[in-house]
Amino acid sequence: MQNPRKFAVPLANLVLAAVACTSLLAWSATEIRVMCYQDGNECDVTKDLAKRFEAANTDVTVIVDAVPYKAIVEQLPVQLGAGEGPDIARVTDLGGLNRFYLDITPYVKDAKYWETNFGKSLAWLRDGAADKGIYGLQSQLTITGPYVNKTLFDQAKLPIPGPKATWDEWVTATKAVAKATQTPFAMAWDRSGHRFAGPAISYGAKLFDASGNLVIDDGYKAISKKFVDWNKDGTMPKEVWGGTGGSSYRDAFEEFKNGRIVMYLTGSWQIKRMDSQIGKAFDWVAVPNPCGPAACTGIPGGAAFVALKRTKAPKEVGRFLDYLAQESVYAEMMSRTENLPAHAGVAAKGVTYNVGPNAKVALNTFVGEVGKLSPAAYQIQGYKLNRAIFLNTVTRLSQSIVGEMSTDDALGRLTKDIDEAVKATAK
Amino acid sequence: MSESTQLDAVPPKAARSGVLLTGLTALPALLEPLMRFAQRVLGTRRMPWVFLAPNLLIFGTFTFLPIIINFYYAFTGGVKLFPSERPFTGMENMATLFDCTDYFNPSTCRKDIFWQAVFNTAKFAVLQVGLMVLFSVITALVLNKKIIGRGFWRGVFFYPVLLSPVVVALIWKWILQSQGVLNGLLIGFGAAPTEWLTSASWMFFWVILVSIWAHMGFYTLIVLAGLQAIPKDLYDAAQMDSASPWRVLRRITLPLLMPNLLVVIVLALIRAVQIFDEVFVLTGGGPGTATTFLVQFIYQTGFASEIHLYGLAAAASLVLAGALLVLTLLQLKITGSGEAKDDRVKGAAGHA
Repeated sequence: MQNPRKFAVPLANLVLAAVACTSLLAWSATEIRVMCYQDGNECDVTKDLAKRFEAANTDVTVIVDAVPYKAIVEQLPVQLGAGEGPDIARVTDLGGLNRFYLDITPYVKDAKYWETNFGKSLAWLRDGAADKGIYGLQSQLTITGPYVNKTLFDQAKLPIPGPKATWDEWVTATKAVAKATQTPFAMAWDRSGHRFAGPAISYGAKLFDASGNLVIDDGYKAISKKFVDWNKDGTMPKEVWGGTGGSSYRDAFEEFKNGRIVMYLTGSWQIKRMDSQIGKAFDWVAVPNPCGPAACTGIPGGAAFVALKRTKAPKEVGRFLDYLAQESVYAEMMSRTENLPAHAGVAAKGVTYNVGPNAKVALNTFVGEVGKLSPAAYQIQGYKLNRAIFLNTVTRLSQSIVGEMSTDDALGRLTKDIDEAVKATAK
Repeated sequence: MSESTQLDAVPPKAARSGVLLTGLTALPALLEPLMRFAQRVLGTRRMPWVFLAPNLLIFGTFTFLPIIINFYYAFTGGVKLFPSERPFTGMENMATLFDCTDYFNPSTCRKDIFWQAVFNTAKFAVLQVGLMVLFSVITALVLNKKIIGRGFWRGVFFYPVLLSPVVVALIWKWILQSQGVLNGLLIGFGAAPTEWLTSASWMFFWVILVSIWAHMGFYTLIVLAGLQAIPKDLYDAAQMDSASPWRVLRRITLPLLMPNLLVVIVLALIRAVQIFDEVFVLTGGGPGTATTFLVQFIYQTGFASEIHLYGLAAAASLVLAGALLVLTLLQLKITGSGEAKDDRVKGAAGHA
């Protein structure tokens, strides 16, 4: 047997050389950081895609930092306000953070490609109609909408209401199912003003007056009163909206997963969670948004990877976002994250999802909902101060639900809160 | 290589310690010329400032500077973070906070949630501190007796103090939620479950109870130390006079415990006014605004909401600072008068 030391020295030299070369490459590469939150596996998929990007662009290193959603909502704006923060972030307050965005138009290969494929969602990131900048990539198009526990309907031997059923008809149907199956609650909505806005528009809320100011109109008031009543009479679990204070977000997924509610208003981003966490426990289906007197609509939304002004590597940031926007890369991202595409080309060709039958049906249902979205739904989503109405709605209606004030008083307070928030942002 | 050579290569632990010790003893000698120079330049009277400088720098940067910035922010408006980008609005934020028709009815105030938070904080401080002091005294009196497993029981009561507030809140949330342990027990005993988290009065009660449970151990310890400092011969004398236990408590224990109790009350009051973490995790300030306290209002206004009203939050924090200042002065006065009293007692004993 030969002396192993004979090979050990050259091998060690080889390893050292390899490490040195890699370090040198890493040292010379420009680093960009992406602050990312995920509903399912969005950041994991982004990390994979970033590795592929790095292989083709050896001068750039992309670090994807997965953070909780709370960090995006609470910490990122403060960091950006102080001139700190990442180079790219995955945000949901699309227009609200516009002042921190970097226009990557000069750094993308083909600005027209972006306009053609992301036209509608690009507008959500802009400051207004006059703003033509490209600030980021809509990484996920979401539509709010309800899910139903089909097994409970089957057990109750009652039919699921049709696509044109109204909210009142749904309440009647789900209450009957809950009663027949001894399910504690008929329905729950996520504790979110964004989720609330869909039914509000269906009930005729325009949300804006003739001058373009936010307004609590009769449609908004009508659904608010119904919603508070549904919480008070036990149709909905009071704990979701009434169990916490302020405007904190809380979903009702756990209640739905545990079979405690028949119908759950949330959105398309929950498909992966439904598919993976409910599994075969019961059959669930996504159903079209119920109707009100004015429409049968949900609200569009989602998350976008936005370029941030504070970056020291604008070219690399633009290049990375341009890479993610490529049709094939974007289609893969949608397929693996089980999200709806905001890319017109990808949407037209269709995305192949490797999902279970329930998830497949749900994806098709939500794709069908895109065409039914009301113009008011797009308008509120594109309004940069939409948080003024979304957040205050949660706070004030929760107060009404727990009996701190009447719904009329809550709506009066809501109007004042919105005015103050809008005035403060104008300073 | 022989074994002895290998051992020689690694310095023994004692040798390493020796090197470290030598280094440490050499440090003053190395610094001495520098200090001599500083003393020559500044003079002996100014030398304490040299030693205080590092601490002052840290304290100034991380405590005084933020206070000054907070003051500035309280008089500015808008949602931008950089002071240079914030317009000066004078007393506008204060006027917004104090815009009320009737100060005792928060619903008549422009910032009704702020006033609700003020009243909640005051109510919480009075009830929580009162009950906590009472339970701390009772627990300390029991733990001061020669009971079986006294050390164990002292540990049991002190243990929650060691828990993180977030852990405390999560434990109790798990107990109180609609499908939680408490409702499970109630159902087990044939009673109807209660929606603890959505009942304002119940939730206020639980917030007080959880807070007492979490912090009582610390205050019990202070009271216990006070009890152990009471001379035993006073109790012996009372026993000889056939004094009843109630009379002993009223005439000996409580009067001699008073300095400790005052410290406990003031410390607990300061802590109660600052209450935030465990309540925020447990209730989020709800249901509605039933458990929204002043610090949470500041946090939500300045940071948690996506429209950050830093100026209003800074103004509210000045109000909180005012309340804390009053309590701190009270504490200083109490501890100061206590010390003076002790000195007088010692002086009198010396003369005697």
